Amino acid sequence: MAILVDASSKVLIQGITGKQGTFHLKQMLPFGTDVVAGVAPGKGGGVHEGVPLYNTVYEACEHHAIDATVLFIPAAYCKDAALEAIEAGIKVIVIITEHIPVQDELIIVNRAKLKDAVIIGPNTFGMASWKCKLGILPNIAFSPGPVGVVARSGTLTYEIVGSLTNIGIGQTSVVGLGGDRVPGSTFVDMLKRFEADEATQVVVLVGEIGGNAEEEAAEYIKTMSKPVVAYLAGKSAPPGKRMGHAGAIIERGKGTYEGKVQALTAAGAQVATFPYEVVEKVQQLIRRS
Amino acid sequence: MKCFEFMGKEIFAQFGIPVPQGRMVTTAEEAEGVAAEIGKPVVIKSQVLSGKRGKAGGIKFADTPAEAKAAAADLLAMTVQGHPVQRILLEEKLKIESEIYVAITIDGAAKAPVIITSAKGGMDIEEQAEEDIVKVYLDVFLGLQPFLAKDLARRIGLTGNLAKSYADILEKMYNIMVKKDAELVEINPLVISGDQVIAADAKVTIDDSALYRQKDVPFVDEDMTEVEKMAKAAGVGSFVELGGNIAIMANGAGITMGTLDMVQLFGGQPANFMDAGGGTGVEGTAKAIQILLAQNPKVIFINIFGGITRCDDVANALAYVKKNIGIPVPVVVRMVGTNQEEGVRILREVGIEAYREMKEAAQKAVELSKAGEEV
Repeated sequence: MAILVDASSKVLIQGITGKQGTFHLKQMLPFGTDVVAGVAPGKGGGVHEGVPLYNTVYEACEHHAIDATVLFIPAAYCKDAALEAIEAGIKVIVIITEHIPVQDELIIVNRAKLKDAVIIGPNTFGMASWKCKLGILPNIAFSPGPVGVVARSGTLTYEIVGSLTNIGIGQTSVVGLGGDRVPGSTFVDMLKRFEADEATQVVVLVGEIGGNAEEEAAEYIKTMSKPVVAYLAGKSAPPGKRMGHAGAIIERGKGTYEGKVQALTAAGAQVATFPYEVVEKVQQLIRRS
Repeated sequence: MKCFEFMGKEIFAQFGIPVPQGRMVTTAEEAEGVAAEIGKPVVIKSQVLSGKRGKAGGIKFADTPAEAKAAAADLLAMTVQGHPVQRILLEEKLKIESEIYVAITIDGAAKAPVIITSAKGGMDIEEQAEEDIVKVYLDVFLGLQPFLAKDLARRIGLTGNLAKSYADILEKMYNIMVKKDAELVEINPLVISGDQVIAADAKVTIDDSALYRQKDVPFVDEDMTEVEKMAKAAGVGSFVELGGNIAIMANGAGITMGTLDMVQLFGGQPANFMDAGGGTGVEGTAKAIQILLAQNPKVIFINIFGGITRCDDVANALAYVKKNIGIPVPVVVRMVGTNQEEGVRILREVGIEAYREMKEAAQKAVELSKAGEEV
């Protein structure tokens, strides 16, 4: 039906009373997300938009069984907040925040690995499954259906997922890995989950220049039973220039568009030149099956 | 943020990595004085961020203070790969017996710091044979333990006191990475001179996201163009000048890259990458539009998928700039998402028709960018 979380998942929000936290809580609730608690230091005991507040994650976990948490926390405090969630035993941790120092990210993602927690992000729109959105993906973009989507960038995903939804093709789960250099999860991590998810028929991979996550994904795609459609951003990007995302940079000849297209094509994935071609390719694959 | 060599060496000195005796100066007269202070033959190095300084003639040698003054004057009149030389570093000339390559950086895929070292320094690591390169990933919770540093010394063929000095330098480089939030600490070459191991060069890149807690490192904007500096001053999220004639704004790094790609595939030339970010508001968007105008483009192309960003904010910003500052070139807008109808209505009032599809809008922008050109 979905990967990582579903309609039954109990969700915590860290930084729930801030501007971003409040705005997105108000979007997550009508989406159907079961937000059972919020953390806002100093405001414990209160209620925010109907959600009970706690001072710490440990305290929230004493009162609720929590499956996932979403962080709307300023970059300078994210390491502490993420480690708190990991130590409290939460297994799915979504970090929306961008501009987290890479030294902090190293500590967060390596600690999560030791504690068997999945980090989505940082610098991501989060993820969504039917009736469980963790993050900031616009509600109208998502609809339930057979396509798994995993992406590095946000708005590009809205574009592609929105177009799928517009022609009536829904999604099992949509996951944003984030645009940073040290993402908590990789394409391979999510492709494995989509491969194992019975409801997912086709997987869409939205990548970009920089790093070698797409090349690693290509190696795994060779072993997959499900078809993969890919789109990669950054074909026109000059080397050595960081295109918005910390990770989107061609360095020392590595991470080029051509290299990634070649690897994915050789692995049997269909690579779209334009975002709108993704929708056409997915449509054909679904008709065929 | 890339640091100049002299800044990197200041950091090295703070952390106890041996560097040649020397100082950064900005005039030929000062250069003469520093050369006299050193009292030995000197090397004079232009301080630019370009990697190929030596080949571009940006490094000179002098035996006397008078020669140093003349060489400094030459360098200060030079432009190295587009960058006018404003600072030079004078240092004692080292007696070089051999050169080592060593760097610590962060491998995103491995989610770990990585040490790369080779007994063959002095040339780029890319030019080295695979079998000469030693690469070791570090556990972020263990850091660089002394045993590992010592073994790396052994693996590149060092013994005795040289091995000890090298291992000590490695540990200090690791400390710099952690304490100064460096993404890259590279010494090439690390020079063996008699019984000493000395950092003859220094490349340090500070994580942009950590600059807020590295306030003692001066900001370097040499690799930014004038418009990029303006964009930074105006608080525009992310901006890279690319030199074409279609000025582009979109929201989100991925869709901005996708927009640039599409424009280029349709035969157009993007002037820039501009990720205006999410939820920038009317004022911030108006500032961003003025940065687009500062590039004197033939067309402005705005591509918005409104999530946090509201279409009416973008439309109001465009209307404001059009009325109060003037937009002398055609504007192509593609706008869908949050408050789309209101945005489209506001744009219509100022004579701009918004597109729904990215493809059609991109084609129109390219077509307009070629108007007046001979076919």
